Amino acid sequence: MKKLPLYLLLTAGAAVMLYPMLWLIGASFKSNDEIFSSVWFIPHSVDTDVYKNAWRTVTPYNMGHYFMNTLMIIVPRTIFSVTSSVLVAYGFARFDFPLKRLFFALLLGGMAMPTLVTVMPLFLMWSKLGYLDTYIPLTVPYLFAAEGMFVFILIQFFKGVPKEFDEAARIDGCGALRTLLYILIPCIRPAIVSIMVFTFLWTMNDFLTPLIMIQSVEKYPLSLALRLSVDSTGQDYEQNKVIALSVIGLIPSVTVFAIAQKKFVSGITAGGLTG
Amino acid sequence: MKKRTYCNPVGVSRFTGLLLISPFILGLAAFLVYPFVCSFLLGLTDYDGIRPPEFSGLENYRYMLKDRTFRKALGVTVKYALILVPLKLTVSLLTAMLLNAEIKGIGIFRTAFYIPSILGSNLAVVIMWQYLFTSKGLVNQLLSMAGAPPVSWYGDPDKAVYMIVLLRLWEFGSTMIIFLTALRDVPKELYDAAKVDGCGPVRGFFAITLPQLKSVIFINLVLQTIAAFQEFNAPYMITGGGPMKSTYTLGMLIYDEMFRYNEQGYANALSWVMFMVISAAVAVMYAVSALMRRDEE
Repeated sequence: MKKLPLYLLLTAGAAVMLYPMLWLIGASFKSNDEIFSSVWFIPHSVDTDVYKNAWRTVTPYNMGHYFMNTLMIIVPRTIFSVTSSVLVAYGFARFDFPLKRLFFALLLGGMAMPTLVTVMPLFLMWSKLGYLDTYIPLTVPYLFAAEGMFVFILIQFFKGVPKEFDEAARIDGCGALRTLLYILIPCIRPAIVSIMVFTFLWTMNDFLTPLIMIQSVEKYPLSLALRLSVDSTGQDYEQNKVIALSVIGLIPSVTVFAIAQKKFVSGITAGGLTG
Repeated sequence: MKKRTYCNPVGVSRFTGLLLISPFILGLAAFLVYPFVCSFLLGLTDYDGIRPPEFSGLENYRYMLKDRTFRKALGVTVKYALILVPLKLTVSLLTAMLLNAEIKGIGIFRTAFYIPSILGSNLAVVIMWQYLFTSKGLVNQLLSMAGAPPVSWYGDPDKAVYMIVLLRLWEFGSTMIIFLTALRDVPKELYDAAKVDGCGPVRGFFAITLPQLKSVIFINLVLQTIAAFQEFNAPYMITGGGPMKSTYTLGMLIYDEMFRYNEQGYANALSWVMFMVISAAVAVMYAVSALMRRDEE
């Protein structure tokens, strides 16, 4: 058993990574006293009422409403992102055109641009156009391959597909778009899954942009609604209710990751880059 | 993409590629170049968000030089980046090396180490962190079990920043995966040859692993530095910038000037300075890595 020390080390590491989350779930069933007196995560008793309360929130809407709001952002964002990033990456990976190197440099440079630099002018722009407090500012930019990282990942994948495939398709009479649709897209499916998963996860985590663009509580995505509920619940009492709220906020991301995990991890490792 | 690796096939116009990337070009103009230029121009004005902006030249920048809060925030941000980035890169690389082993069940371990990084600034994580570090929270309970005195994470200006550092360190999975991918591409023969030459694991690490991973280390260094300088979510939600502004990052200062005090001209000047600081940091790293490469040749 030469590998035992390695297993022990990895198990200890994994415990550090995962225990806080287990503890959080356990704590949602605990009384205030129990939360602060025990490091063990399993609660004395399990009462699901806390989740019913948390689900209702202190706002006029329940968590389901806010989750639907988030989906209203995620679904168009995913469709826009995948379509535009695939087209742009295809252009970069398979064609020559004027100023290609300049545009590629700008693609990479764009990833380094701090959100805080652009968010204020964009706020003013959307407010002039009358689209504040709608989901337009949160979705429309993704029609234009706004996530440079996605284009970059896809380019790596396109490069992994032999160019003979394209040529064979062309001999059979396929144009550029049909080659993409029927030959290349099936080859890069893991990358597309990765992009969809990343879009989901990043939208769930997105805080600054919705905080600035969305004003009415009715339209809040999950992240803002959770923040509001937590702030107005007050952390001095009913600690487990706040914790239950945050567990609810954790579930969608972890579920999506768990479902897509196999394809997703192969996608990011093969692509060589992640967020 | 240094050389033309692929010529357009016969019958394909050189504008097909341009047409395909046209969404990117439009988006670049509308959502990057336009706000970038706007931000610069607004930085030269006095603007409260209501009355039209009034040109004030370099007044905002002159004020910045005297602004103590700015100096404090810049210091906090630089300190935070200097602590976090080397730590995160080291932990990521060492863990990636462990996870590169071909043993049973390694996939489960890879997933376990990766999961925290998908949560980013998800509110669940933020709440969790707040509870872990309260005076009687899990961390202090563990410390007392180990016989160490409890730490006042929220009250001690020297300690609060480590809560944020530890959060981002806990989320090292995405950096680690990049290293892991690169490690898989390092030819195994190199290590075998080194072993034959009597080279131990430590020397193997410095003589083979590090040089082979140079470009990935650089990418991770740049990505993490950019992210660290922009840190806003975690201090905003966990500490609110306190105690005594010890976690008040540049990002928080810009946000406050923008949306709390409506000093939008000043806020834009600040965000430009943030951009310049990040660019300067990246430029320095780029120059150093270029120098190191030249030395080797």
